[in-house]
Amino acid sequence: MLRSSPLHMIVHLLPVLTASIALATGAYALAGDLAPERTRELVHLVRQDCGSCHGMTLKGGLGKPLLPENLADRDAETLAEIILDGIPETPMPPWRGQLTETEALWIARKLKEGFPHETP
Amino acid sequence: MKRRDLLGAAALLPFGTALLPAPAIARKGECPGTGDLGLIIERATGSVLIVNTSHQEILGRIEGLGDLSHASVVFSRDEKYAYVFGRDGGLSRIDMQGRLMDRRIIQGGNSIGGAISDDGQLIAVSNYKPGGVKVFDSATLQTIAEIPATWEGGQSKTVGLVDAPGRRFIFSLYDAGEIWMADFSDGDSPDIVKIGKAGRLPYDGLIARNGRIYIAGLFGEDGMALVDLWQDPLKVRRILDGYGRGEKKLPIYKMPHLEGWTEADGMFFFPAVGHHEVLVMDGRTWELVGRIPVHGQPVFVMARPDGRYIWVNFAHPDNDTVQVIDTMTRKVVKTFKPGRAVLHMEFTPRGEQVWLSVRDANRIDIYDTHSMERVKSLPAKSPSGIFFTARAHRIGL
Ligand code: HEC
Repeated sequence: MLRSSPLHMIVHLLPVLTASIALATGAYALAGDLAPERTRELVHLVRQDCGSCHGMTLKGGLGKPLLPENLADRDAETLAEIILDGIPETPMPPWRGQLTETEALWIARKLKEGFPHETP
Repeated sequence: MKRRDLLGAAALLPFGTALLPAPAIARKGECPGTGDLGLIIERATGSVLIVNTSHQEILGRIEGLGDLSHASVVFSRDEKYAYVFGRDGGLSRIDMQGRLMDRRIIQGGNSIGGAISDDGQLIAVSNYKPGGVKVFDSATLQTIAEIPATWEGGQSKTVGLVDAPGRRFIFSLYDAGEIWMADFSDGDSPDIVKIGKAGRLPYDGLIARNGRIYIAGLFGEDGMALVDLWQDPLKVRRILDGYGRGEKKLPIYKMPHLEGWTEADGMFFFPAVGHHEVLVMDGRTWELVGRIPVHGQPVFVMARPDGRYIWVNFAHPDNDTVQVIDTMTRKVVKTFKPGRAVLHMEFTPRGEQVWLSVRDANRIDIYDTHSMERVKSLPAKSPSGIFFTARAHRIGL
């Protein structure tokens, strides 16, 4: 099936993009930091698309609440794995293929800290 | 123009047109009826737009409705009031003529949708947290009944809440996997009827065939649960068991909806779960008779009111696309890409136009459903649900 959504293209292009930015500036090379443009997209994705099940405020819906107090007992790596692999037999889908491991970990860390809001 | 000329001109016109005829619909600025109005949810800003579908224009914006991610709306039978159910448990009443919010309560922690009784007196809301259903007086928004939906696992989230004829509401219990009915036919203290087991994780429900059939979709199994409300006693019947058996399910990034499912040409068209298909079920035998391959995981599969075409939108990451299926040939006849995140579609009452919300483009697109061309766009902030007042007169909406 032809998939031409812009997000998809960005996902595919991103490693190349970030790599070249990192080479150019040296700023994003360590610990797989993400470019500010990509983090803005991730905030949008989590608020809007994770939000369709977890609520835009992440207070829960069909999916469980994803506020810091709900996630305190698990580390970011565990949560990143849940995000990448989903939870079988429940509606929580695997996001691998749409999110890299670095991106899933970034989301997991931000969820534990209190997820940022979208800036218009 | 001189008076004499005017009369002369009038004489040449067909009878009746000489006198300025009263327009068929209120002109801009006149005190309008409400039959061609609608409400559009702006999910990120907690606001709604009041729109007019005859002039395709925005009449006003109302703010302060709280968290509207996944909001839904029902209308009073006189089409004066819209009841908006928000994610944060808010229930807001909008005066469509006055263009203002005239009442608002926080009825629960986290709600998903609602329904209005056939007599227009009761508003029911289904809740995720705590689970169960609450019922309010539509005039005062005061509580009339609380139905906790308790099962061995606690209070169940409730989904697929619809009205049925005779002051009744039907809903499904997501966690408990059951279908229940709240029957208010004897007044304000309902009979709660546990109709039966639906199956694993019912995610939505709808009422079809003018209030006779309730169907719940299941997330946890291939199959659906059906209740024929003309039967006594009521019981759940499983249909389409194992329709996707053995096939690998694809991940679903947004749950499909069953609202808008319509019987067209004797067949039901509805979204598959975990397959990029629209399914076709025979409305007499309840058997699967067709699977139409489509662009992604369908979210809404909505028949134009005359049933001739079906419009389909999709879950992330394919939600930039809309497809149209011909009911007769059961083939996709048109594919558009209106923009990122097409979240909802609503037909005008008789279906000559359809309005689409394109969330990430901050736009409402209006299409002619015959030419399938876009006729107009309107600006809206992060729009999601679109609800026209004609829903007031449809059972199950
Ligand atoms: C189609 C609906 C859906 C979408 C979209 C969705 N989730 Fe979930 N998610 C769920 C459900 C349902 C659960 C709870 C599963 C269970 O344990 O019963 C869940 C659970 C989780 C959990 C575990 C919570 C806990 O307390 O155990 C995390 C973390 C999570 N989701 C993150 C995300 C992120 C991040 C996204 C977006 C990238 C996302 N989800 C998108 C439905 C969804």
